Parts: sequence; structure tokens; C-alpha cells
Amino acid sequence: MEVSIEVNGKTYTKAVEPRTLLVHFLREDLGLTGTNIGCDTSQCGACTVHMDGRALKSCTCLAVQADGRSVTTIEGMAQQGLHPLQQAFWDKHGLQCGYCTPGMIMASAALLKNNPNPTEAEVRHGLEGNLCRCTGYQKIVEAILAAAEGGEE
Amino acid sequence: MSTRIFGSGIRRREDPRLITGQAKFSADIQLPETTFLVFVRSPHAHARILSVDCEAARAAPGVIRVLTGEDVQLSMPCAWLLPDSDLKTPEHPVLAKDRVRYVGDAVAAVIAETEGQAQDAAELVEVGYELLPAETNPESATTEGASELFDDVPKNVAFRWIAGSDEALVEQAFQDADVVVRERIVQQRLQPTAIEPRAAIAQWNSAAQEMTLWCTSQNPHIHRHVLGLVVGIPDHKLRVISTDVGGGFGSKIPVYADEALVCWASRELARPVKWVETRSENYLVTIHGRDHVEYVEMAATADGTAQAIRGRVYAAMGAYLSTAAPGIPTILHGLMYGGPYTIPLARCESIGVFTNTTPTDAYRGAGRPEATFLMERLMERLANQLGMDPSEIRRKNLIPPFQDGYSSAMGLTYDSGNYAENLDLALEKAAYGKMRASQQRARDEGKLVGIGVTTYNEICGLGPSQVAGAIGFQGGLWESAIVRISATCKVQVMIGTSPHGQGEETTFAQIVASEIGIPVDDIEIIHSDTDRTPMGWGTFGSRTTPVSGAALALATRKIKEKARLLAAHLLEAAADDIEYEDGKFFVKGAPEHHQTIQNLALMATLAWNLPDGMDPGMEASQFYDPPNFVFPFGTHIAQVEVDAETGEVTLQKYVAVDDCGPQINPLIVAGQVQGGVVQGIGQALWEGTVYDDSGQLLTGTLLDYAMPRADHFPYLELAHTETPSPHHPIGVKGVGETGTIASTVTVYNAVMDALRSLGIDQLEMPLSPARVWAAIEEARSGESA
Repeated sequence: MEVSIEVNGKTYTKAVEPRTLLVHFLREDLGLTGTNIGCDTSQCGACTVHMDGRALKSCTCLAVQADGRSVTTIEGMAQQGLHPLQQAFWDKHGLQCGYCTPGMIMASAALLKNNPNPTEAEVRHGLEGNLCRCTGYQKIVEAILAAAEGGEE
Repeated sequence: MSTRIFGSGIRRREDPRLITGQAKFSADIQLPETTFLVFVRSPHAHARILSVDCEAARAAPGVIRVLTGEDVQLSMPCAWLLPDSDLKTPEHPVLAKDRVRYVGDAVAAVIAETEGQAQDAAELVEVGYELLPAETNPESATTEGASELFDDVPKNVAFRWIAGSDEALVEQAFQDADVVVRERIVQQRLQPTAIEPRAAIAQWNSAAQEMTLWCTSQNPHIHRHVLGLVVGIPDHKLRVISTDVGGGFGSKIPVYADEALVCWASRELARPVKWVETRSENYLVTIHGRDHVEYVEMAATADGTAQAIRGRVYAAMGAYLSTAAPGIPTILHGLMYGGPYTIPLARCESIGVFTNTTPTDAYRGAGRPEATFLMERLMERLANQLGMDPSEIRRKNLIPPFQDGYSSAMGLTYDSGNYAENLDLALEKAAYGKMRASQQRARDEGKLVGIGVTTYNEICGLGPSQVAGAIGFQGGLWESAIVRISATCKVQVMIGTSPHGQGEETTFAQIVASEIGIPVDDIEIIHSDTDRTPMGWGTFGSRTTPVSGAALALATRKIKEKARLLAAHLLEAAADDIEYEDGKFFVKGAPEHHQTIQNLALMATLAWNLPDGMDPGMEASQFYDPPNFVFPFGTHIAQVEVDAETGEVTLQKYVAVDDCGPQINPLIVAGQVQGGVVQGIGQALWEGTVYDDSGQLLTGTLLDYAMPRADHFPYLELAHTETPSPHHPIGVKGVGETGTIASTVTVYNAVMDALRSLGIDQLEMPLSPARVWAAIEEARSGESA
């Protein structure tokens, strides 16, 4: 099947198998390997992207479902310099191995869009769908709160 | 120095590629002409293979090859051959031949043009099985009548290892004791769950007869060596690359059968072969951790002075011996009996047991969290029995301060410690007196609030190679570093360890910068590529900074010495009159007569005017074999509240005061501690592998295996003391595992403290709401009866 998907501002038209997941389309067909895969049951959140401005675990969506939609991946976050959340994750040591980080940044960007000034508890609750094994989450939470204070979105 | 780079919490230099999606994890590698490999794995825990029918799979679209145990006669070695333990090392075939021994054991592999085609064809492989009874518990697997995994391993006993004090002396201490406390401890099995599953991509170059393997390894040089032996590729023709690895926690130390098969197949097909583990597959075949049944007891005097400790451990090895498995419940566990306490007698018997389960191996802390757990459980019981405060029983037994060696009952020499000072700081930081007062108020209101206090030490910085040899580790444990400085004074540092989140691209640049005054941004740390780096044993056992960092500091000092001699020559001064500060070498008392390290690097590279006998260039190589292990320590304090109606445990407060010696980068140290604490609390409260009686893994997906999440935790409070290691060039100890070592039992003891008023003093982990609620209900029904 042919799909036409806008990814990070550029439209790609490709033939895909019906079973192709959006995350596989991004990684294998487009070579955008910044979006990582950490599970096969949609728990870990490593593959979180934005579709039409909303956070989406890209393993829960078929490429054909993204036809005609607009997708942003971690590669599309840095526009004029780093996105404030990228900067905050760097400044606050919000990552160690960095494998969950693209998903964390995409999820927290959506979180801050919906709630620009969250409390610590709201940030922690908002990260329920994203797993990190390295950091113990504390510095991720600090990063998100710092980005919020920095006038994010 | 004007800027003190050592000890500064600078931002990590590895982060820009990781926050922008430009990192290259193994699964990200895409090569032309790649084929994809998918395994056919046993759905049964124990069975004879009657037939493997690959006909339909071979005929399926896109299939290039289907391999079985008949086609591939490779087997995997164990690399920790524990001496004096009657260790059994039964064959571990890469693809099972006549028998499968755990759910996930590989029976066949399908290689196809696309991953989808390989998956489709794998489902067409028909395997006939004759089921056998399965053993999943390491204690019962050793009993009479248990089903045996190997014909030549009676009662599934892989080894029996005994260490410590004389048996009769220990027995006498127990006979003479005023108090004996004991416990049966189940250290439940855990799934490491690095968020990146494993992957391997092999590319065979038939013209050069060379292999390049990208794989998820914590120790690419060990992978090169072992895979080279297994597959038959000489070291100099095998390149292993693991530049970006998405967490390991021990699970990416072992050299796995799947990695060997990927290499073998790429050479066979002369095409790249790629295998990427799914999470479900990861839970079946990537090693698990812990899984002990322990019987431990401690003898003490009436005033609470511990006199002796002894224990027996049944440790599950799983179905085969993984790379380092025998060393975990023995050397890394039993030798820490006694912990930070002045216990004169200690003895450990550890029995390794084959079960029809996923092989076990090192999981963050690896043997030492289990040792701390049992020490702290016994201390807690002793305190309760004698009516002493948990902090006081520990203070009473802590080893007094020592700066240069303490001989433990198990024969280790702890390097340095100031345990009581650390405990005091933790009690102060936590406002322990107030905590106890508020706990009492909460109890008066009928709330179940508990406090846990742990003092611990740990063995890390593995370790002297002579010791490695004596304990059966089939390798050395030294490290090496090369420091190469260009004409423009830009530095390439090549190390043999393999950081994968611990931040050494930053902290190692800080070591060089602090030794020789070159800006951090002019220093590049190169690692995890066996063709670009010198031999090293890898990143595990909190050893990268203690061992590899020492090699680097010493290599840099060689450069500094050469720079000093060259400066003396150029300044026409005696070498003894040259002083160094902040990147400048100058004549004593005349700082205006100086040479910068930048100019010296240029002059050494040009070699126009060198002193007699000096070689050109500014480069140094240093091997470093540590004279001893290092022993970090600390105190952790937790407060929990248990909801009696739901059994849910809420962590209210957590204070961690650790001592890893001088901190190169406090931001990174804090990250290591926080991550470790949360991972350890995962074991106490949520995580645990479950097999059913037939050996089916019931926690086989992230839907079923309960990981710690962000909203489980309060803000963790950290502080530290600083006790340098006397034998280390920059005094540092390790910090990668401390959090996990201390936190499990700290929270466990806090929960038991909360439940003590109900008469509950022990529960199996994880302390899930269902389990805690059931125990409370049972205790209450006992009260009313």
C-alpha cells in the first residue's frame, strides 16, 4: 500500500506492507533511527513521537494509519538550536544511556503543551507511560520542571 | 588551578547525540544486502526434541537458510571456572540438539531477506517434543527425585563452594552465643530490563577474511575474544563495535549463543546478518539476576555484638552456565559476609543449581545486594530481639575508622572506611530522631509507618588479575589507556572499558584535564571499538573509573613528565627546577619563563629540538593492574507507610549517604546513586520473575513485569562523605552499584518495621499490595481468633 506521511516537515510517499508499524516505517524506510524500540507491548514509551501535535507511541500505530498525517520525531525537535526540553535534559543530566530519552523528550513536550506549569507530582504522573532504567527518574523530572520554568511552549 | 575541573558537575559530553536522535545503537546499523535472522525457540521448559521439520520454512518466500543444531555444531563456554567447587560445565549448544532445557532455548534459526519474512517462516518450523518434568526452584531442584537437566550432573548441582572461617570455630561461636538470629531468605529472580533489548549485526568481508560485529556489549574485547574462539575467527580479524549501548546492568556482559550464531551465519552466507531481540525474547533469553534461597544465621552477645555469621545459599544458574554465572553467588556474594561490621567469624556455603529457567548472571550489584540484604536482615532481627534501635545495633558493630586496610573474616582487605562518620551524617541528614518521633505519632493514630536503616560496604573495582586467576575467572581484570596528543594539542584517549550511560566520555576527560590542564573540549574519549581501542576487560562491577580511570591518570602523568623534561630543555633549566600549574610548566620562582602544554605538544610533535634521548611525539600508553579492590560504603535510610486497607506501600522519604571517595563529577555520581536506588527498590516492592510449575515464564512481557515508574518515588535526598582509597592514583572508588546494593533491604526493613506491630516480621519480595494486604489480613484474623 502507498502512504504519504509528513515527517519533520517533509512529505514521504512510500509503498509499505499493511502490517508495517509507524515506528518501523520511521526507522527502516526513512532511516530515522532516533526513535527507539524498547518493548513489544506498548509499555516502555521509547518510541513516542508526535502525530498531528499529540504524543503517540509509534508502535501502536500502523504506517497506513499515519497516511496523510504529520509526524514529528526526535530528529525534528531541534529547530533553531536545541528544543528547550533537549537543552534541559542536557543541563540537568536527565539521561544516562539515552535509549529512553527520545521518547521521554517527546512525551514531556506533549505534557508541557497540555500543562505548561506542572507540579512535580503532575510531571511524575505524566511520565507513567515512559520507562527509564538508568536515572531513577529524578533528574528527568528536574529537567522537565526546568524546561517549564524556562518558558516552554 | 584556576578552574577546578576535577569535582565539577559539568554537563555530559555524550549527550548531544543522545538528545537529538543521532546516537548509533546496534539496531540502528543498516547495511546493504542485510539478511535478517529470527530464532525458533522452545515453548517448553524441559523436553526431548524428537524432530525438527524445516521443509515448509525453507520453501517460504524470501528464506535464505534455515539452521538447526545439526547444521551448527557450536557451543558456548563459561568463563568463570570456580576452583575447588566440583564445578560441572555441561555443553551449552548454540542451537539445541536433542533436548531443550528452558522456555526460549533456541532450536532453529531462519534467515531471510526481510525481518517479516524470517518471522513468518519461523512459524512454519515444526518441532516435535517429548515433555519432561521441569525444575524451577534452586532448592527443590537438588532434592531426591528432582528432574535432572543433564545426565552427568547429579541432583542438578553445578558446584558447591565453601569459604570463610574454620567450621568448628564458627560452630563454637554459635554454641557460645547469647543470641542467635536466623532467617530463610528468598532473593527472588529479577529481569534486568535494559530499555534497549540486545542486537547483533555481523558483516563478513570474504576478501579480507574479516568480521565486523556491532553488538550490545558492556565488554566488546571479551566479546571479541570469546566469539573468536567459538566461531573460529582470529582476534585480529574480528572487530567488535558497541559504541552506543542502551543500558546493561550486567545483562550485556555475557557472550550469548545468539551473537555467535549471527557471526557464524554471516561468514557462511557472506552477507550481513542482523538479529534484533524483541522485549519478549529479551525476557526469555537475556540473563536474569538473583534467584537465591538462603539460610542465614548470626550469633551475638547479649549486648548486641555480633560474633559469627554463617549461611547456605542455593543459587539458580538456570539451564546453562552463563559467562560469569558461577562467580556471582560465591566470590561476589559470600566474600562480603560480614559487610562493614567487626564480625570475627564468617562462613558461606554456596550451591549452584541448574534449573529449567533462563540462565542467570550478573545483575546490577551481582551478589553484593544479596549479601547486604542478609546482613541487614540479621542486624534488624538482632536489634528487635534485644530492643535496640536499628541505628544503634549498627553503630555498635561497625568497623572503626581505618585508612589503609582492614582484614575481614572472609579474607578480604577492605581498603579504607569511615563508617560511623557516614552513619552520623545520614542520621543527621534524615533528622532521624524526628523521624522516629513522627513515626510514633503516626502509629498512635493507627497508621502503619516504618523506618529502615542500612549501613553497607561493597567490593568493587574488579580487580587484581592475580586474584582473578586464583578465583577461576578466565581473564585478567587490568585495564589500559592510550593518551595521544596532536600537534595542536587535541587529545584522543583510547580506553578498553566500554561505558554505556555512566558518563566516562565526560569524567575521563575531566581526569585528563585536571592532570595536565588541557580544556575538556579538546579531549575525546574513544571506547567500545576493538579496532580503535587497546585491550580491556570492560564496564561492569563498578570498575570503569577505579581501574580504567587509574590507567588513564597514570598515562596522563607519563605525558606530564615528558612535558616537564621538554620544558626544562626549552627553558634551559634543570628538570628539577620546573614546576607545573594549570597547563603551564615554568622555572621555579619565575612563572614568566614558561612553556604551555599546547606549545610542548607542538614541539614534541615537530621534534626539531628535543633533549638527548627523548623520542618524538606526545603519546603515552599505560597498563594498570589494581593492587586491591576498592570498597565504597554508605548509609541509607527510608521511611514508608503501608495502607492497611490496600496493602500498598508508599515510600515517603529516602536518604542516601554514600562514600565513593573523591567525586570527579558530582552530577554524574548523583545520577548513578539515584538510578541504583530506584532499581533496588524495584526488587523490594514490585519486581519479580514468576515461573509456573511447568517452567513457563509468566512475567514475559513489560505488561507483566512490574518496573519502577516515575510516580512511585518521592524526591530522593543525597549526601556523601569522602574517604579516598589509599591504593588508587586519584583515590576514587566505584559508584555504579551502590544504590542497588543498599536500597532493597532499606525499604524492605522499613516495611517490616511498619508491620511489626501486627506481628509480621518477614514476607517474600516483592512486597506487592496483594501480598502485604494478605499478610495484614491474616495477622488481624489471628488477633481476633
